[in-house]
Amino acid sequence: MSNTEVAVHVHGGMIEGSPYAIPSRKLTMWLFIISDAVTFGALLFGYGYLRTASSDWPTPFKFNPSILNVMIMTVALITSSLTMLGAVDSAKLGNKPKANRFLWSTILLGVIFAGLHIREWFGLIDEGVRLFQNPWGSPLFGATFFCITGLHLLHVTAGVVAIAVVSRGFSRGRLTPGHVETTGLYWHFVDLVWMFVVPLVYLLNISR
Amino acid sequence: MADSRASKNVIVKYLPVYFVLLGIAVVEVFLAYQHFSTRFLIAILLALAICGSSLAVMYFMHLAEERRSLFLTLIPATIFVLLMMNMIWSDSFRLLHMKPFPH
Repeated sequence: MSNTEVAVHVHGGMIEGSPYAIPSRKLTMWLFIISDAVTFGALLFGYGYLRTASSDWPTPFKFNPSILNVMIMTVALITSSLTMLGAVDSAKLGNKPKANRFLWSTILLGVIFAGLHIREWFGLIDEGVRLFQNPWGSPLFGATFFCITGLHLLHVTAGVVAIAVVSRGFSRGRLTPGHVETTGLYWHFVDLVWMFVVPLVYLLNISR
Repeated sequence: MADSRASKNVIVKYLPVYFVLLGIAVVEVFLAYQHFSTRFLIAILLALAICGSSLAVMYFMHLAEERRSLFLTLIPATIFVLLMMNMIWSDSFRLLHMKPFPH
């Protein structure tokens, strides 16, 4: 019986070792991320299908405010990934105050991102964009835009709440650095999805 | 003190990736305002997005530091599923040509 086949014996039973040498919570998060990536992929393909099939797809995004807003949001999200890396590293080193400072910086950047996103939404709603109507062209523009960016915003909001819960649990000793790392994986994934949403949903629809 | 130094080091270690990701975002905006054909623009923006996301997965999410078996289990399957979704395009072009253009 090799080490990889059986790693641990507990109460007479046998628990097989992880084939990937990572904790099960981390593997579970990876599997969730993959399924979520395919979900976002399907949404973006659906958007691409509708956009290609429409001869009058609206291109409403002006540089100021929309694209400028999106650029600030991108900087906030990528910077929050960097602070999350600092949080994971500090947590692994056992420096709880520093890990918490990094986690709350990540939360702050996430809240800034969400606030700017909601401002962008209200700007479009003021211009008359609804789920199935808009003043410019294909009525499905609003449905795809609000669906894709809304699901991403939901992920950001869930991430902010999760990081706050993990930060509290970690500082009280209920949660481990492994929990911080797993939450970090999720947060980086939210950042990754945004890298596809910006060019496909915003930059392909700029107003010239 | 040593902990503090180590945390700063991890930030410094990933700063190049951070700046490359920011650079990709700026280049994407710049390219979007050039007068390329839509097909070329989609191709180049997607290529840049794939480069950026690969960096995020490999370095920010540390997949490069995990066992190769994890990479081989997750990434090819995801790419396969996403590639299979490409079967929709012929139908969307058919719909486009069935519709009259607006005046």
